[in-house]
Amino acid sequence: MIEAVDLHKVYPVNKRRVVALDGVDLSVEQGEVYGVVGQSGAGKSTLLRCVNLLERPTSGRVVVDGRDMTALGAADLRRARRRIGMVHQHFALLSSRTVAGNIAFPLENAGVPRRRRGARVAELLDLVGLGDKAKAYPAQLSGGQKQRVGIARALASDPAVLLSDEATSALDPDTTESILELLRDLNRELGLTILLITHEMDVIKRICDSAAIMESGTFLESGKVLDLIATPGSRLASSLFPLPPTDAPDSVAVTYPRAYDEPLMSELTRRFGVDVNILAGAVEQVAGTSVGRLNVQIQGERRDGALRFLTDKGLLVQEAGR
Amino acid sequence: MIDALTEFADRLPGMQETLYYGTLDTLYMVLWATVFSVLFGLPLGVLLVTTERGGLTPAPWLKPVLGAVVNIGRSLPFIVLMVAVLSLTRLLTGTTLGPTAAIVPLSIGAVPFFARLVETAVREVDRGVVEAAHAMGTRKSAIVGKVLLPEALPGLVAALVMTVVTLVSYSAMAGAIGGGGLGDVAIREGYQRFDDHYLWATVILLVVIVQAAQTIGDLVIRRVSHR
Ligand SMILES: Nc1ncnc2c1ncn2[C@@H]1O[C@H](COP(=O)(O)OP(=O)(O)OP(=O)(O)O)[C@@H](O)[C@H]1O
Ligand SMILES: [Mg+2]
Repeated sequence: MIEAVDLHKVYPVNKRRVVALDGVDLSVEQGEVYGVVGQSGAGKSTLLRCVNLLERPTSGRVVVDGRDMTALGAADLRRARRRIGMVHQHFALLSSRTVAGNIAFPLENAGVPRRRRGARVAELLDLVGLGDKAKAYPAQLSGGQKQRVGIARALASDPAVLLSDEATSALDPDTTESILELLRDLNRELGLTILLITHEMDVIKRICDSAAIMESGTFLESGKVLDLIATPGSRLASSLFPLPPTDAPDSVAVTYPRAYDEPLMSELTRRFGVDVNILAGAVEQVAGTSVGRLNVQIQGERRDGALRFLTDKGLLVQEAGR
Repeated sequence: MIDALTEFADRLPGMQETLYYGTLDTLYMVLWATVFSVLFGLPLGVLLVTTERGGLTPAPWLKPVLGAVVNIGRSLPFIVLMVAVLSLTRLLTGTTLGPTAAIVPLSIGAVPFFARLVETAVREVDRGVVEAAHAMGTRKSAIVGKVLLPEALPGLVAALVMTVVTLVSYSAMAGAIGGGGLGDVAIREGYQRFDDHYLWATVILLVVIVQAAQTIGDLVIRRVSHR
Protein backbone atom coordinates (compact mmCIF):
# COMPACT_ATOMS: atom_id res chain seq x y z
CA MET A 1 0.00 0.00 0.00
CA ILE A 2 2.92 2.31 0.77
CA GLU A 3 6.28 1.65 -0.84
CA ALA A 4 9.21 3.98 -0.33
CA VAL A 5 12.48 3.16 -1.99
CA ASP A 6 15.84 4.58 -0.97
CA LEU A 7 14.46 7.84 0.39
CA HIS A 8 16.91 10.62 1.06
CA LYS A 9 16.05 14.04 2.42
CA VAL A 10 18.67 16.72 2.91
CA TYR A 11 17.85 20.15 4.33
CA PRO A 12 20.23 22.96 3.54
CA VAL A 13 20.62 24.96 6.75
CA ASN A 14 22.94 27.99 6.53
CA LYS A 15 25.19 26.37 3.92
CA ARG A 16 25.34 23.18 5.99
CA ARG A 17 23.50 20.03 5.06
CA VAL A 18 21.20 18.37 7.56
CA VAL A 19 20.53 14.80 6.49
CA ALA A 20 17.07 13.93 7.80
CA LEU A 21 16.56 10.75 5.75
CA ASP A 22 19.54 8.68 4.75
CA GLY A 23 18.28 5.86 2.55
CA VAL A 24 14.99 4.59 3.98
CA ASP A 25 13.14 1.65 2.45
CA LEU A 26 9.60 1.38 3.74
CA SER A 27 7.00 -1.19 2.82
CA VAL A 28 3.55 -1.04 4.37
CA GLU A 29 1.09 -3.74 3.39
CA GLN A 30 -2.59 -3.22 2.69
CA GLY A 31 -4.62 -3.36 5.91
CA GLU A 32 -1.80 -3.33 8.43
CA VAL A 33 -0.83 -0.92 11.17
CA TYR A 34 2.80 0.05 10.72
CA GLY A 35 4.62 1.91 13.46
CA VAL A 36 7.87 3.82 13.25
CA VAL A 37 9.63 4.48 16.55
CA GLY A 38 12.74 6.47 17.23
CA GLN A 39 14.33 9.21 19.26
CA SER A 40 13.63 12.86 18.68
CA GLY A 41 15.36 14.03 15.52
CA ALA A 42 15.58 10.53 14.02
CA GLY A 43 13.68 11.72 10.95
CA LYS A 44 10.28 10.17 11.68
CA SER A 45 8.19 13.22 10.84
CA THR A 46 10.27 13.88 7.75
CA LEU A 47 9.61 10.32 6.56
CA LEU A 48 5.87 10.67 7.12
CA ARG A 49 5.76 14.03 5.36
CA CYS A 50 7.58 12.51 2.41
CA VAL A 51 4.83 9.92 2.03
CA ASN A 52 2.21 12.55 1.08
CA LEU A 53 4.85 14.82 -0.41
CA LEU A 54 4.35 17.62 2.13
CA GLU A 55 8.12 17.35 1.92
CA ARG A 56 9.64 16.43 -1.43
CA PRO A 57 12.35 13.80 -0.96
CA THR A 58 15.77 14.81 -2.26
CA SER A 59 15.94 11.44 -3.96
CA GLY A 60 14.02 8.18 -3.92
CA ARG A 61 10.53 7.13 -4.85
CA VAL A 62 7.25 6.99 -2.93
CA VAL A 63 4.38 4.87 -4.19
CA VAL A 64 1.04 5.03 -2.38
CA ASP A 65 -1.84 2.82 -3.46
CA GLY A 66 -0.12 2.16 -6.77
CA ARG A 67 0.50 5.83 -7.53
CA ASP A 68 4.02 7.21 -7.81
CA MET A 69 3.64 10.31 -5.64
CA THR A 70 7.01 11.74 -6.59
CA ALA A 71 6.02 11.84 -10.27
CA LEU A 72 2.68 13.67 -9.88
CA GLY A 73 2.00 17.25 -11.01
CA ALA A 74 0.40 19.75 -8.64
CA ALA A 75 -3.25 18.99 -9.50
CA ASP A 76 -2.77 15.22 -9.49
CA LEU A 77 -0.85 15.46 -6.23
CA ARG A 78 -3.77 17.31 -4.62
CA ARG A 79 -6.13 14.60 -5.83
CA ALA A 80 -3.83 11.84 -4.54
CA ARG A 81 -3.54 13.54 -1.14
CA ARG A 82 -7.30 13.41 -0.73
CA ARG A 83 -6.94 9.61 -0.59
CA ILE A 84 -4.38 9.88 2.21
CA GLY A 85 -5.69 10.93 5.61
CA MET A 86 -3.37 12.62 8.07
CA VAL A 87 -3.65 13.04 11.82
CA HIS A 88 -1.49 15.62 13.56
CA GLN A 89 0.10 15.77 16.99
CA HIS A 90 -1.39 19.19 17.72
CA PHE A 91 -4.68 18.40 15.98
CA ALA A 92 -4.41 21.25 13.43
CA LEU A 93 -8.14 21.98 13.46
CA LEU A 94 -9.55 25.22 12.07
CA SER A 95 -10.48 27.32 15.09
CA SER A 96 -12.85 29.33 12.92
CA ARG A 97 -15.00 26.31 12.09
CA THR A 98 -17.24 24.11 14.17
CA VAL A 99 -16.52 20.41 14.58
CA ALA A 100 -18.92 19.67 11.71
CA GLY A 101 -17.30 22.39 9.60
CA ASN A 102 -13.85 20.94 10.18
CA ILE A 103 -14.94 17.47 9.15
CA ALA A 104 -16.69 18.89 6.09
CA PHE A 105 -13.52 20.65 4.92
CA PRO A 106 -12.00 17.75 2.95
CA LEU A 107 -15.44 17.00 1.48
CA GLU A 108 -15.61 20.57 0.15
CA ASN A 109 -12.17 20.05 -1.38
CA ALA A 110 -13.44 16.97 -3.15
CA GLY A 111 -16.50 18.84 -4.44
CA VAL A 112 -19.08 16.79 -2.52
CA PRO A 113 -22.46 18.61 -2.70
CA ARG A 114 -23.73 20.22 0.49
CA ARG A 115 -26.56 17.80 1.18
CA ARG A 116 -24.37 14.73 1.01
CA ARG A 117 -21.73 16.48 3.11
CA GLY A 118 -24.15 16.80 6.02
CA ALA A 119 -24.99 13.11 5.99
CA ARG A 120 -21.35 12.08 5.75
CA VAL A 121 -20.33 14.40 8.59
CA ALA A 122 -23.04 12.95 10.85
CA GLU A 123 -21.85 9.45 9.99
CA LEU A 124 -18.23 10.30 10.80
CA LEU A 125 -19.16 12.00 14.07
CA ASP A 126 -20.91 8.81 15.14
CA LEU A 127 -17.94 6.73 14.05
CA VAL A 128 -15.61 8.64 16.39
CA GLY A 129 -18.19 8.93 19.16
CA LEU A 130 -18.81 12.68 19.00
CA GLY A 131 -22.41 12.67 17.78
CA ASP A 132 -23.40 15.49 20.15
CA LYS A 133 -20.50 17.85 19.41
CA ALA A 134 -21.26 18.85 15.81
CA LYS A 135 -21.86 22.51 16.66
CA ALA A 136 -19.03 22.94 19.17
CA TYR A 137 -15.88 24.85 18.30
CA PRO A 138 -12.49 23.14 18.75
CA ALA A 139 -11.65 25.50 21.64
CA GLN A 140 -14.54 23.98 23.57
CA LEU A 141 -13.21 20.40 23.30
CA SER A 142 -10.75 18.34 25.33
CA GLY A 143 -7.53 17.11 23.72
CA GLY A 144 -8.95 13.64 23.17
CA GLN A 145 -12.10 15.04 21.60
CA LYS A 146 -10.04 17.29 19.34
CA GLN A 147 -8.04 14.31 18.15
CA ARG A 148 -11.27 12.42 17.44
CA VAL A 149 -12.33 15.32 15.25
CA GLY A 150 -8.91 15.17 13.60
CA ILE A 151 -9.40 11.48 12.90
CA ALA A 152 -12.93 11.99 11.58
CA ARG A 153 -11.64 14.72 9.28
CA ALA A 154 -8.84 12.46 8.06
CA LEU A 155 -11.38 9.73 7.26
CA ALA A 156 -13.91 12.01 5.56
CA SER A 157 -12.74 11.47 2.02
CA ASP A 158 -12.54 7.68 2.38
CA PRO A 159 -8.76 7.44 2.36
CA ALA A 160 -6.97 4.21 1.64
CA VAL A 161 -4.21 5.19 4.02
CA LEU A 162 -4.04 7.05 7.31
CA LEU A 163 -0.84 8.79 8.36
CA SER A 164 -0.46 9.69 12.01
CA ASP A 165 2.34 11.81 13.42
CA GLU A 166 2.42 11.36 17.19
CA ALA A 167 -1.37 11.45 17.34
CA THR A 168 -1.38 10.62 21.04
CA SER A 169 1.71 12.46 22.27
CA ALA A 170 -0.23 15.47 23.49
CA LEU A 171 -2.75 13.32 25.38
CA ASP A 172 -2.91 11.79 28.85
CA PRO A 173 -2.58 7.99 29.25
CA ASP A 174 -6.31 7.19 29.45
CA THR A 175 -7.10 9.33 26.43
CA THR A 176 -4.14 7.83 24.57
CA GLU A 177 -5.59 4.41 25.29
CA SER A 178 -8.99 5.33 23.85
CA ILE A 179 -7.52 6.96 20.73
CA LEU A 180 -5.32 3.91 20.07
CA GLU A 181 -8.36 1.70 20.47
CA LEU A 182 -10.22 3.84 17.96
CA LEU A 183 -7.37 3.56 15.45
CA ARG A 184 -7.23 -0.21 15.94
CA ASP A 185 -11.01 -0.48 15.42
CA LEU A 186 -10.85 1.62 12.26
CA ASN A 187 -8.06 -0.58 10.98
CA ARG A 188 -10.08 -3.75 11.64
CA GLU A 189 -13.51 -2.53 10.57
CA LEU A 190 -12.63 -0.41 7.56
CA GLY A 191 -9.50 -2.29 6.55
CA LEU A 192 -7.69 1.02 6.83
CA THR A 193 -3.93 0.93 6.35
CA ILE A 194 -2.25 3.02 9.05
CA LEU A 195 1.31 4.35 9.11
CA LEU A 196 1.99 5.90 12.46
CA ILE A 197 4.89 7.55 14.13
CA THR A 198 5.56 7.48 17.81
CA HIS A 199 8.32 7.66 20.35
CA GLU A 200 6.46 5.32 22.70
CA MET A 201 7.20 1.59 22.53
CA ASP A 202 3.85 1.08 24.14
CA VAL A 203 2.04 2.27 21.02
CA ILE A 204 3.93 -0.28 18.91
CA LYS A 205 3.09 -3.03 21.35
CA ARG A 206 -0.60 -2.10 21.49
CA ILE A 207 -1.65 -1.67 17.90
CA CYS A 208 1.10 -2.32 15.37
CA ASP A 209 1.39 -5.34 13.09
CA SER A 210 4.71 -4.16 11.70
CA ALA A 211 7.28 -1.76 12.98
CA ALA A 212 10.55 -0.06 12.24
CA ILE A 213 13.13 1.42 14.56
CA MET A 214 14.57 4.60 13.19
CA GLU A 215 17.83 6.33 14.06
CA SER A 216 19.72 9.13 12.29
CA GLY A 217 17.60 8.91 9.18
CA THR A 218 17.75 5.15 8.67
CA PHE A 219 15.82 2.05 9.72
CA LEU A 220 17.86 -0.05 12.14
CA GLU A 221 15.37 -2.87 11.78
CA SER A 222 11.92 -3.30 10.30
CA GLY A 223 9.34 -5.98 9.68
CA LYS A 224 6.45 -7.80 11.32
CA VAL A 225 6.49 -7.15 15.04
CA LEU A 226 6.19 -10.86 15.84
CA ASP A 227 9.06 -11.68 13.48
CA LEU A 228 11.21 -8.95 14.95
CA ILE A 229 10.57 -10.26 18.41
CA ALA A 230 11.89 -13.64 17.31
CA THR A 231 14.95 -12.18 15.64
CA PRO A 232 18.19 -12.66 17.57
CA GLY A 233 19.51 -9.40 18.92
CA SER A 234 16.41 -7.45 17.93
CA ARG A 235 16.34 -4.01 19.47
CA LEU A 236 12.59 -4.01 19.25
CA ALA A 237 12.35 -7.26 21.19
CA SER A 238 14.66 -6.04 23.91
CA SER A 239 12.77 -2.76 24.15
CA LEU A 240 9.43 -4.52 24.36
CA PHE A 241 10.75 -7.19 26.72
CA PRO A 242 13.53 -5.74 28.75
CA LEU A 243 14.93 -9.01 30.13
CA PRO A 244 18.12 -8.70 32.12
CA PRO A 245 21.19 -10.16 30.38
CA THR A 246 22.38 -13.44 31.79
CA ASP A 247 25.74 -15.15 32.20
CA ALA A 248 24.22 -18.40 33.38
CA PRO A 249 25.58 -21.36 31.40
CA ASP A 250 23.30 -23.25 29.00
CA SER A 251 20.63 -20.56 29.09
CA VAL A 252 18.34 -19.80 26.17
CA ALA A 253 15.82 -17.09 25.37
CA VAL A 254 12.46 -18.63 24.60
CA THR A 255 9.78 -16.56 22.89
CA TYR A 256 6.17 -17.66 22.99
CA PRO A 257 4.62 -16.07 19.88
CA ARG A 258 1.17 -16.89 21.26
CA ALA A 259 -0.48 -18.15 24.42
CA TYR A 260 -0.14 -21.91 25.10
CA ASP A 261 -2.59 -24.01 27.08
CA GLU A 262 -0.14 -26.90 27.55
CA PRO A 263 2.31 -26.96 30.43
CA LEU A 264 5.33 -27.00 28.13
CA MET A 265 8.05 -26.65 30.73
CA SER A 266 6.90 -29.51 32.92
CA GLU A 267 6.49 -31.67 29.84
CA LEU A 268 10.06 -30.79 28.98
CA THR A 269 11.39 -32.04 32.30
CA ARG A 270 9.27 -35.18 32.13
CA ARG A 271 10.12 -36.19 28.54
CA PHE A 272 13.76 -35.18 28.34
CA GLY A 273 14.88 -35.39 31.91
CA VAL A 274 16.42 -31.92 31.79
CA ASP A 275 16.61 -29.38 34.57
CA VAL A 276 14.73 -26.19 33.79
CA ASN A 277 15.46 -23.01 35.69
CA ILE A 278 13.53 -19.87 34.83
CA LEU A 279 15.80 -16.83 35.17
CA ALA A 280 13.52 -14.05 33.94
CA GLY A 281 10.30 -13.62 32.03
CA ALA A 282 7.68 -11.28 30.73
CA VAL A 283 4.29 -11.60 29.06
CA GLU A 284 2.90 -8.82 26.93
CA GLN A 285 0.03 -8.20 24.56
CA VAL A 286 1.72 -7.59 21.22
CA ALA A 287 -0.03 -7.13 17.88
CA GLY A 288 -3.17 -8.52 19.45
CA THR A 289 -1.57 -11.71 20.74
CA SER A 290 -0.10 -12.65 24.08
CA VAL A 291 3.60 -12.92 23.62
CA GLY A 292 5.91 -14.20 26.32
CA ARG A 293 9.62 -14.24 26.62
CA LEU A 294 11.64 -16.26 29.08
CA ASN A 295 15.27 -16.57 29.88
CA VAL A 296 15.64 -20.19 30.97
CA GLN A 297 18.54 -22.34 31.88
CA ILE A 298 18.14 -25.86 30.42
CA GLN A 299 20.68 -28.45 31.49
CA GLY A 300 20.90 -32.20 30.96
CA GLU A 301 22.03 -34.94 28.59
CA ARG A 302 19.14 -34.53 26.20
CA ARG A 303 19.24 -30.72 26.06
CA ASP A 304 19.37 -30.64 22.24
CA GLY A 305 16.27 -32.79 21.97
CA ALA A 306 14.51 -30.59 24.47
CA LEU A 307 15.30 -27.45 22.46
CA ARG A 308 14.10 -29.15 19.27
CA PHE A 309 10.86 -30.08 21.05
CA LEU A 310 10.27 -26.41 21.92
CA THR A 311 11.01 -25.32 18.37
CA ASP A 312 8.64 -27.94 17.02
CA LYS A 313 5.94 -26.59 19.31
CA GLY A 314 6.33 -23.24 17.54
CA LEU A 315 8.40 -21.48 20.17
CA LEU A 316 11.38 -19.40 19.15
CA VAL A 317 14.51 -20.54 20.85
CA GLN A 318 17.84 -18.86 20.76
CA GLU A 319 20.98 -19.42 22.73
CA ALA A 320 21.35 -16.49 25.08
CA GLY A 321 24.35 -14.60 26.19
CA ARG A 322 25.91 -13.92 22.82
CA MET B 1 -17.27 75.93 34.80
CA ILE B 2 -21.04 75.61 35.04
CA ASP B 3 -21.34 78.95 33.31
CA ALA B 4 -19.09 77.82 30.49
CA LEU B 5 -21.14 74.66 30.02
CA THR B 6 -24.45 76.52 29.96
CA GLU B 7 -23.06 78.95 27.47
CA PHE B 8 -21.83 76.02 25.33
CA ALA B 9 -25.27 74.37 25.51
CA ASP B 10 -26.93 77.63 24.46
CA ARG B 11 -24.66 77.85 21.41
CA LEU B 12 -25.39 74.27 20.24
CA PRO B 13 -28.59 74.92 18.26
CA GLY B 14 -26.78 77.60 16.27
CA MET B 15 -23.83 75.32 15.50
CA GLN B 16 -26.03 72.33 14.77
CA GLU B 17 -26.20 72.54 11.00
CA THR B 18 -22.49 73.16 10.46
CA LEU B 19 -21.59 70.31 12.81
CA TYR B 20 -24.13 67.99 11.20
CA TYR B 21 -22.75 68.46 7.70
CA GLY B 22 -19.18 68.34 9.00
CA THR B 23 -19.90 64.97 10.62
CA LEU B 24 -21.55 63.64 7.47
CA ASP B 25 -18.55 64.70 5.39
CA THR B 26 -16.15 63.04 7.81
CA LEU B 27 -18.13 59.80 7.81
CA TYR B 28 -18.36 59.93 4.03
CA MET B 29 -14.60 60.34 3.59
CA VAL B 30 -13.71 57.73 6.21
CA LEU B 31 -16.21 55.21 4.86
CA TRP B 32 -15.01 55.37 1.27
CA ALA B 33 -11.36 55.43 2.25
CA THR B 34 -12.03 52.34 4.40
CA VAL B 35 -13.64 50.59 1.44
CA PHE B 36 -10.60 51.30 -0.74
CA SER B 37 -8.20 50.31 2.04
CA VAL B 38 -9.83 46.90 2.27
CA LEU B 39 -10.07 46.53 -1.49
CA PHE B 40 -6.36 47.12 -2.00
CA GLY B 41 -4.83 46.59 1.43
CA LEU B 42 -6.28 43.13 2.06
CA PRO B 43 -4.79 41.48 -1.05
CA LEU B 44 -1.57 43.42 -0.51
CA GLY B 45 -1.29 42.22 3.08
CA VAL B 46 -2.01 38.61 2.10
CA LEU B 47 0.58 38.81 -0.70
CA LEU B 48 3.17 40.11 1.76
CA VAL B 49 2.81 36.78 3.57
CA THR B 50 2.32 34.36 0.68
CA THR B 51 5.10 35.66 -1.58
CA GLU B 52 7.87 35.12 0.94
CA ARG B 53 10.25 32.18 0.68
CA GLY B 54 8.55 28.98 1.79
CA GLY B 55 5.17 30.70 1.54
CA LEU B 56 2.06 29.68 -0.36
CA THR B 57 3.06 31.43 -3.61
CA PRO B 58 6.75 32.21 -3.22
CA ALA B 59 7.93 35.12 -5.40
CA PRO B 60 11.37 36.21 -4.26
CA TRP B 61 11.35 39.23 -6.60
CA LEU B 62 7.84 40.47 -5.75
CA LYS B 63 8.06 40.36 -1.98
CA PRO B 64 10.78 43.06 -1.62
CA VAL B 65 8.98 45.27 -4.16
CA LEU B 66 5.70 45.08 -2.24
CA GLY B 67 7.55 45.60 1.02
CA ALA B 68 9.26 48.72 -0.32
CA VAL B 69 6.00 50.19 -1.65
CA VAL B 70 4.33 49.66 1.71
CA ASN B 71 7.27 51.13 3.59
CA ILE B 72 7.33 54.25 1.45
CA GLY B 73 3.60 54.74 2.03
CA ARG B 74 4.04 54.17 5.74
CA SER B 75 6.98 56.54 6.18
CA LEU B 76 5.39 59.62 4.55
CA PRO B 77 3.67 61.90 7.07
CA PHE B 78 0.04 62.13 5.97
CA ILE B 79 0.12 65.89 5.54
CA VAL B 80 3.07 65.55 3.12
CA LEU B 81 1.43 62.67 1.27
CA MET B 82 -1.71 64.77 0.78
CA VAL B 83 0.23 67.49 -0.96
CA ALA B 84 2.38 65.04 -2.90
CA VAL B 85 -0.60 63.32 -4.53
CA LEU B 86 -2.49 66.49 -5.40
CA SER B 87 -2.12 66.01 -9.16
CA LEU B 88 -3.32 62.41 -8.90
CA THR B 89 -6.28 63.61 -6.86
CA ARG B 90 -7.18 66.13 -9.57
CA LEU B 91 -6.81 63.47 -12.22
CA LEU B 92 -9.15 61.08 -10.43
CA THR B 93 -11.78 63.45 -9.03
CA GLY B 94 -11.40 66.60 -11.11
CA THR B 95 -10.73 68.75 -8.06
CA THR B 96 -8.43 69.04 -5.07
CA LEU B 97 -11.02 70.45 -2.69
CA GLY B 98 -13.86 68.87 -0.78
CA PRO B 99 -14.51 65.49 0.82
CA THR B 100 -14.54 63.49 -2.44
CA ALA B 101 -11.08 64.77 -3.36
CA ALA B 102 -9.86 63.90 0.15
CA ILE B 103 -10.79 60.24 -0.35
CA VAL B 104 -7.79 59.85 -2.69
CA PRO B 105 -4.98 60.76 -0.25
CA LEU B 106 -6.87 59.12 2.62
CA SER B 107 -7.01 55.82 0.74
CA ILE B 108 -3.40 56.04 -0.38
CA GLY B 109 -2.34 56.72 3.20
CA ALA B 110 -4.43 53.93 4.71
CA VAL B 111 -3.77 51.11 2.22
CA PRO B 112 -0.16 50.44 3.34
CA PHE B 113 -1.16 50.89 6.98
CA PHE B 114 -3.96 48.34 6.69
CA ALA B 115 -1.79 46.03 4.56
CA ARG B 116 0.87 45.80 7.30
CA LEU B 117 -1.78 45.01 9.90
CA VAL B 118 -3.29 42.35 7.61
CA GLU B 119 0.18 40.88 7.13
CA THR B 120 0.63 40.55 10.88
CA ALA B 121 -2.81 39.00 11.37
CA VAL B 122 -2.34 36.45 8.56
CA ARG B 123 1.14 35.56 9.77
CA GLU B 124 -0.34 34.58 13.13
CA VAL B 125 -2.34 31.75 11.55
CA ASP B 126 -1.11 28.40 12.85
CA ARG B 127 1.31 26.87 10.33
CA GLY B 128 0.13 23.43 11.36
CA VAL B 129 -3.38 24.24 10.16
CA VAL B 130 -2.08 25.43 6.81
CA GLU B 131 -0.01 22.27 6.49
CA ALA B 132 -3.04 20.15 7.37
CA ALA B 133 -4.94 21.90 4.57
CA HIS B 134 -2.15 21.03 2.13
CA ALA B 135 -2.24 17.44 3.33
CA MET B 136 -5.97 17.37 2.54
CA GLY B 137 -5.27 18.35 -1.06
CA THR B 138 -6.59 21.91 -0.76
CA ARG B 139 -5.99 24.26 -3.69
CA LYS B 140 -4.12 27.50 -3.00
CA SER B 141 -7.12 29.77 -3.53
CA ALA B 142 -9.06 27.76 -0.94
CA ILE B 143 -6.15 27.91 1.48
CA VAL B 144 -6.37 31.70 1.32
CA GLY B 145 -10.17 31.87 1.29
CA LYS B 146 -11.04 29.06 3.69
CA VAL B 147 -8.02 28.88 5.97
CA LEU B 148 -5.88 32.02 6.11
CA LEU B 149 -8.62 34.66 6.04
CA PRO B 150 -11.20 32.94 8.30
CA GLU B 151 -8.52 31.92 10.81
CA ALA B 152 -7.17 35.48 10.86
CA LEU B 153 -10.63 37.09 10.98
CA PRO B 154 -10.51 38.42 14.56
CA GLY B 155 -7.13 40.02 13.81
CA LEU B 156 -8.44 41.39 10.52
CA VAL B 157 -11.39 43.06 12.23
CA ALA B 158 -9.04 44.58 14.81
CA ALA B 159 -6.89 45.84 11.93
CA LEU B 160 -9.97 47.35 10.30
CA VAL B 161 -10.92 49.20 13.49
CA MET B 162 -7.40 50.60 13.81
CA THR B 163 -7.54 51.74 10.22
CA VAL B 164 -10.89 53.47 10.69
CA VAL B 165 -9.59 55.26 13.79
CA THR B 166 -6.48 56.36 11.90
CA LEU B 167 -8.62 57.51 8.99
CA VAL B 168 -10.73 59.66 11.31
CA SER B 169 -7.59 61.46 12.44
CA TYR B 170 -6.21 61.69 8.87
CA SER B 171 -9.56 63.11 7.71
CA ALA B 172 -9.32 65.87 10.29
CA MET B 173 -5.92 66.74 8.83
CA ALA B 174 -7.39 66.67 5.34
CA GLY B 175 -9.82 69.32 6.56
CA ALA B 176 -6.88 71.63 7.11
CA ILE B 177 -6.19 71.87 3.38
CA GLY B 178 -9.78 72.12 2.26
CA GLY B 179 -10.88 68.52 2.54
CA GLY B 180 -14.07 69.32 4.38
CA GLY B 181 -15.49 67.47 7.38
CA LEU B 182 -15.07 68.09 11.09
CA GLY B 183 -11.40 69.01 10.70
CA ASP B 184 -12.45 71.76 8.34
CA VAL B 185 -15.06 72.99 10.83
CA ALA B 186 -12.51 73.04 13.64
CA ILE B 187 -10.01 75.03 11.56
CA ARG B 188 -12.38 77.48 9.94
CA GLU B 189 -14.87 78.14 12.73
CA GLY B 190 -12.78 77.28 15.76
CA TYR B 191 -9.21 78.27 15.00
CA GLN B 192 -9.55 81.10 12.50
CA ARG B 193 -12.50 82.77 14.26
CA PHE B 194 -11.28 82.04 17.80
CA ASP B 195 -14.56 80.24 18.56
CA ASP B 196 -13.74 77.68 21.29
CA HIS B 197 -17.25 76.26 21.22
CA TYR B 198 -16.74 74.91 17.73
CA LEU B 199 -13.44 73.38 18.83
CA TRP B 200 -15.06 71.64 21.79
CA ALA B 201 -17.93 70.37 19.71
CA THR B 202 -15.70 68.92 16.98
CA VAL B 203 -13.46 67.27 19.58
CA ILE B 204 -16.49 65.69 21.22
CA LEU B 205 -17.85 64.46 17.89
CA LEU B 206 -14.49 63.01 16.80
CA VAL B 207 -14.14 61.18 20.12
CA VAL B 208 -17.67 59.80 19.76
CA ILE B 209 -16.95 58.53 16.23
CA VAL B 210 -13.71 56.82 17.30
CA GLN B 211 -15.36 55.38 20.39
CA ALA B 212 -18.25 54.02 18.33
CA ALA B 213 -15.91 52.39 15.82
CA GLN B 214 -13.94 50.74 18.63
CA THR B 215 -17.04 49.50 20.45
CA ILE B 216 -18.64 48.03 17.36
CA GLY B 217 -15.30 46.47 16.39
CA ASP B 218 -14.88 44.86 19.80
CA LEU B 219 -18.38 43.42 19.59
CA VAL B 220 -17.71 41.94 16.16
CA ILE B 221 -14.35 40.52 17.27
CA ARG B 222 -16.05 38.79 20.18
CA ARG B 223 -18.57 37.30 17.77
CA VAL B 224 -16.05 35.96 15.26
CA SER B 225 -13.38 34.74 17.68
CA HIS B 226 -13.68 31.09 18.70
CA ARG B 227 -10.28 30.56 20.26
N1 LIG C 1 12.38 22.15 7.62
C1 LIG C 1 13.56 21.73 8.12
N2 LIG C 1 14.68 22.44 7.90
C2 LIG C 1 15.86 22.02 8.38
N3 LIG C 1 16.04 20.90 9.10
C3 LIG C 1 14.97 20.15 9.36
C4 LIG C 1 13.66 20.53 8.89
N4 LIG C 1 12.78 19.59 9.31
C5 LIG C 1 13.51 18.68 10.00
N5 LIG C 1 14.81 19.00 10.04
C6 LIG C 1 15.89 18.23 10.69
O1 LIG C 1 15.80 16.90 10.26
C7 LIG C 1 16.02 16.00 11.32
C8 LIG C 1 14.83 15.07 11.48
O2 LIG C 1 13.70 15.82 11.91
P1 LIG C 1 12.28 15.16 12.16
O3 LIG C 1 11.34 16.25 12.50
O4 LIG C 1 11.94 14.29 11.02
O5 LIG C 1 12.56 14.27 13.44
P2 LIG C 1 11.54 13.41 14.31
O6 LIG C 1 12.07 12.03 14.35
O7 LIG C 1 10.17 13.61 13.83
O8 LIG C 1 11.72 14.06 15.74
P3 LIG C 1 10.62 14.35 16.88
O9 LIG C 1 10.39 13.04 17.57
O10 LIG C 1 11.29 15.34 17.76
O11 LIG C 1 9.40 14.89 16.22
C9 LIG C 1 16.29 16.86 12.54
O12 LIG C 1 17.68 16.94 12.69
C10 LIG C 1 15.72 18.19 12.18
O13 LIG C 1 16.46 19.23 12.81
MG1 LIG D 1 8.38 14.55 14.65
